[in-house]
Amino acid sequence: MFRTALRNVLAHKARLLMTVLAVTLGVAFVSGTLVFTDTLKKSLSGQSAKSYEGVAVSVTSYGQGRNEQGEKEGEPGLGQQTLDRIKALPGVDTVSGRVSGFAGVGDENGKLIGSGWSNQGANFTPVKDGKDPRYAFAQGAGPAKADEVALDQATADKGNYKVGDKVRVATNGPVKEYSLAGVFTTEDGAVQAGGSLVLFETKVAQELYLKPGYFQELSVAAKNGTSAEKLLADIKPLLDDRTTKAQTGAALAAEQAKQIEKGLSNLSTMLLVFAGISLFVGIFLIYNTFTMLVAQRTKELALLRAVGAHRGQVMRSVLSEALLVGLLSAAVGLLGGIGLAIGIRSVIGSLGAKLPGGAMVIAPGTVVAALVIGVVVTTVAAVLPAWRTGRIAPVAAMGSAHLPATSKSLLVRNILGSVISLGGIGLVLLGVSTGGNTGRMTMGGGAFFMLIGMIVLLPLLSKPVIGAVRPLLQKVFGVPGKLAAQNAVRNPRRTAVTAASLAIGLTLVTTLSVLGITVGKVVDRMSTEKLKADYRVSMSADAGSLDKSVAETLSKAPGIKAVSPQTAGYFLVDGDFRAASGVNPATIGQLLNVEVLSGSLDSLGKGDVAVAEKTAKKQNFTVGSALKVKYDDGQEASVKVGAIFKDMEGLLSPYVIDNKILSEHSEEMYIPEVYVNVDGGASKAAQQKVVDALGKNPAITVATQQDMRNEMGGMINTMLNIMYGLLGMALVISVLGVVNTLAMSVFERTQEIGMLRAIGLDRSRVKNMIRLEAVVISLFGAALGVVIGIFLAWAVGSTLAKAMPGYELILPWDRIGIFLLLAAVVGVLAAMWPARSAARLNMLTAIKTE
Amino acid sequence: MTTMNYAPHTAQAVAARATGLSKVYGQGETQVVALDNVSVDFGQGQFTAIMGPSGSGKSTLMHCVAGLDTFSAGSVRIGETELGSLKDKQLTQLRRDKIGFIFQAFNLLPTLTALENITLPMDIAGRKPDQQWLDTVVDMVGLSGRLGHRPTQLSGGQQQRVAVARALASRPEIIFGDEPTGNLDSRSGAEVLGFLRNSVRELGQTVVMVTHDPVAASYADRVIFLADGRIVDEMLSPTADGVLDRMKAFDAKGRTS
Repeated sequence: MFRTALRNVLAHKARLLMTVLAVTLGVAFVSGTLVFTDTLKKSLSGQSAKSYEGVAVSVTSYGQGRNEQGEKEGEPGLGQQTLDRIKALPGVDTVSGRVSGFAGVGDENGKLIGSGWSNQGANFTPVKDGKDPRYAFAQGAGPAKADEVALDQATADKGNYKVGDKVRVATNGPVKEYSLAGVFTTEDGAVQAGGSLVLFETKVAQELYLKPGYFQELSVAAKNGTSAEKLLADIKPLLDDRTTKAQTGAALAAEQAKQIEKGLSNLSTMLLVFAGISLFVGIFLIYNTFTMLVAQRTKELALLRAVGAHRGQVMRSVLSEALLVGLLSAAVGLLGGIGLAIGIRSVIGSLGAKLPGGAMVIAPGTVVAALVIGVVVTTVAAVLPAWRTGRIAPVAAMGSAHLPATSKSLLVRNILGSVISLGGIGLVLLGVSTGGNTGRMTMGGGAFFMLIGMIVLLPLLSKPVIGAVRPLLQKVFGVPGKLAAQNAVRNPRRTAVTAASLAIGLTLVTTLSVLGITVGKVVDRMSTEKLKADYRVSMSADAGSLDKSVAETLSKAPGIKAVSPQTAGYFLVDGDFRAASGVNPATIGQLLNVEVLSGSLDSLGKGDVAVAEKTAKKQNFTVGSALKVKYDDGQEASVKVGAIFKDMEGLLSPYVIDNKILSEHSEEMYIPEVYVNVDGGASKAAQQKVVDALGKNPAITVATQQDMRNEMGGMINTMLNIMYGLLGMALVISVLGVVNTLAMSVFERTQEIGMLRAIGLDRSRVKNMIRLEAVVISLFGAALGVVIGIFLAWAVGSTLAKAMPGYELILPWDRIGIFLLLAAVVGVLAAMWPARSAARLNMLTAIKTE
Repeated sequence: MTTMNYAPHTAQAVAARATGLSKVYGQGETQVVALDNVSVDFGQGQFTAIMGPSGSGKSTLMHCVAGLDTFSAGSVRIGETELGSLKDKQLTQLRRDKIGFIFQAFNLLPTLTALENITLPMDIAGRKPDQQWLDTVVDMVGLSGRLGHRPTQLSGGQQQRVAVARALASRPEIIFGDEPTGNLDSRSGAEVLGFLRNSVRELGQTVVMVTHDPVAASYADRVIFLADGRIVDEMLSPTADGVLDRMKAFDAKGRTS
């Protein structure tokens, strides 16, 4: 029987090709994901191991800490003294102290070089004979003077800088000009990945990033014969264990490798979800293919039964066929996956991030996973069709070549489908009324059942739904339209299975589109309603605090109306840590739309504090209450509550106070942003004025309200784009499914099509008929997906509504329209080949068939 | 090679004419000549049967004249239209507007009702059927009460009557039947043949029918006999016995030669 199976596979190449493609796609995704992440993991951990080569022990400082009383403890970093003491230990070869932070390099136009997510500056620490083993200088040498820097090769190239040139480097303070002493290459991961690195003379770096005389990290190299563990034990007693951590280089490398693995697991989970969905959708296609193959071969299989093959043998032959197809697809998929992994790497590479090279890692686990998934998915999908072959009666061999479309009752199926769907809908509604996380969990389960139930019910739904559009099709397309609509429901089961993949894809995409857009609008409204400022000035790429000078410079610049630096500070209120926002009391009212419930913001200027409503309620504060406050420097004071305002999450901390007071009591101010209003309102020219006033600092971003809105929407858009990738996946597989179904329909209706051609339906209208049938089936699945998707989005959205004031469900009809259009395109594309073969059909053979 | 021109023996107009028609399949040694220089006229308002043993080329002749198949040499005219020069689209239009078909396997669309099947060619053409004519045709084939039924709800005889009505409904210049009674029992077959003869006698329709059944041929006004791709004989006002004798004679000749 296995040989029969093999012959059958070969005999139905074209039809099975669709199945192979579907399985291959899924397997390729799985194996591609595994190969890509394995490869990345290996090269990244190789890289981190390399960067700790020669480091026996690494000591890191967390910086100055605070005890429970809010008093400072420990030192701001690792002092020179500590370094010298470690150096004096027996067995220590060299000790190098490192200090690093943000440093942006501007090109000639003052624009930041590098992707913005990793612009680093560090000290240059020559260890032996004036060299630092981590940097290999291509030109010049490391910075030796305070006004010298060195740049990594890529950054120097991008900025067109040569040794001796003046380079503008921005750290948190104002931009400064340095002369370029050297250009180097390095194995540093961030630089390899497309970041920029500026090396300063150690004292300069210490001043910029920490405090003169202090380091953030010490790398200790051991003399030959001294073990890292021994050294670690010797070093530990020299350190303040509250603020520092010492580890061997090997342990640190291992820790980094683990973190890399953790970071990659998100990526691989996402990719595997894609794979899972494509395989799930693929199951329908495989099921459909085998059902059709079996239907086509009814006579042949019945003949086998008639000549003495028993039920099991016939069934096994179909299953072996599936097994063969599965193996083949898995093998092709595995190869495709390796290709995909190479593809992902080069795509990421072309986006500017250089991924470490190295050979692809194809773990045995990947191969096993690919083969097992391919074979299991195919075989499982073929079980039901195989079981049906067992029930073909031998007498069918004597009947007609093709059994008419199954008229078997759908009653059981419909009852089952209704029960599952209603159960699912019930669960979703229960989730709506429960609300919160529990509600959403219930909803997730409900959504799953609802989708399954709907798929089971698709044959029942197909008749009335497609019947409803028939008059329209007939009106627009005439006879071909009418026949297409009728043909689409001739085999409701097949139509259902074909439409299912589109229904699943569109349910997911519609739900997330509606939710994403709805939530995006709410966030948008929340963020801009409360913001009156024209611009927000902040460090690029969340690089930390702006320098104090920024606000001063801006308030002196011409054409600028109001400036308020927003300081993120804290103090202790009645002994508890509280986050406080420092603002400029004179201008804050012009820049933020603060809703004052009682009191007045003017009181801030008199040294009062404003408290957010929720906090005030919890603490029982009212205007006039006196708070016992302890500042950063340990001074205590009594402050009056001058105003109570409505909470402004993301813009103001629960306590708001004058910047002046905060700065009097802190050594340094952390200023994440400065809000600015300009004369005459926001405009391109005004924005340029602000940029110019700041000395065209490459490290500072001046964002418009629209920019800020985009920032908030960015994450939502990224998520939606991922989902659209998923839609693409579902669409590709749906095309395959529709091709399959139509090819079968054309095959079954050879005689009819021949007759239609004979009595006067021309080729183009025959094509139209097939195309329209495909479009009808695709749109049916898509429309159902959209309806379920909107329902689910409404359900999930209603649980979010409580947490989001001003929530309102928004249906993005433009996008939904595009989804439906895409589904129609799927139909047209899928119909291309079957329509052609129908139009080219030889009328005579068609008519003569018995 | 002698060429005989089989013109209708009455002086009526010609509905379809084949002149020097040849159809050759394949090349060289595998060449098969299906039609060998056939010239024949089908008179208007006449019921012609084409007979001959299997492989004689009778179906091929009909397919070529009806614009369903291409031919290698010669010419075919339906009314005033020369088929050889037509492209597929024009040919399709010609079949739709000027020709009616009745097939052996009924060939109805199962998704359409009987009435919809009958008016299908006109629906395709986007024409409104002539209601009075439609009633006449439906009445004649006795389908009045069954117009809303679907083909699966009808017997074989009834289905073929629908097919006859479909062929008649658009008042084509000529109707071609390919073994229209081949799948029917004798009683239903007789009914269908009766309708075809009536349509010729009473409605002036032109009918050409391929058959291998002498009884069916006896309904025709004229029988043309084909053998080996050539017209070998013809008979006017045939009777079943006469046709049978003639066929037997060909068979005997075929066996001895």
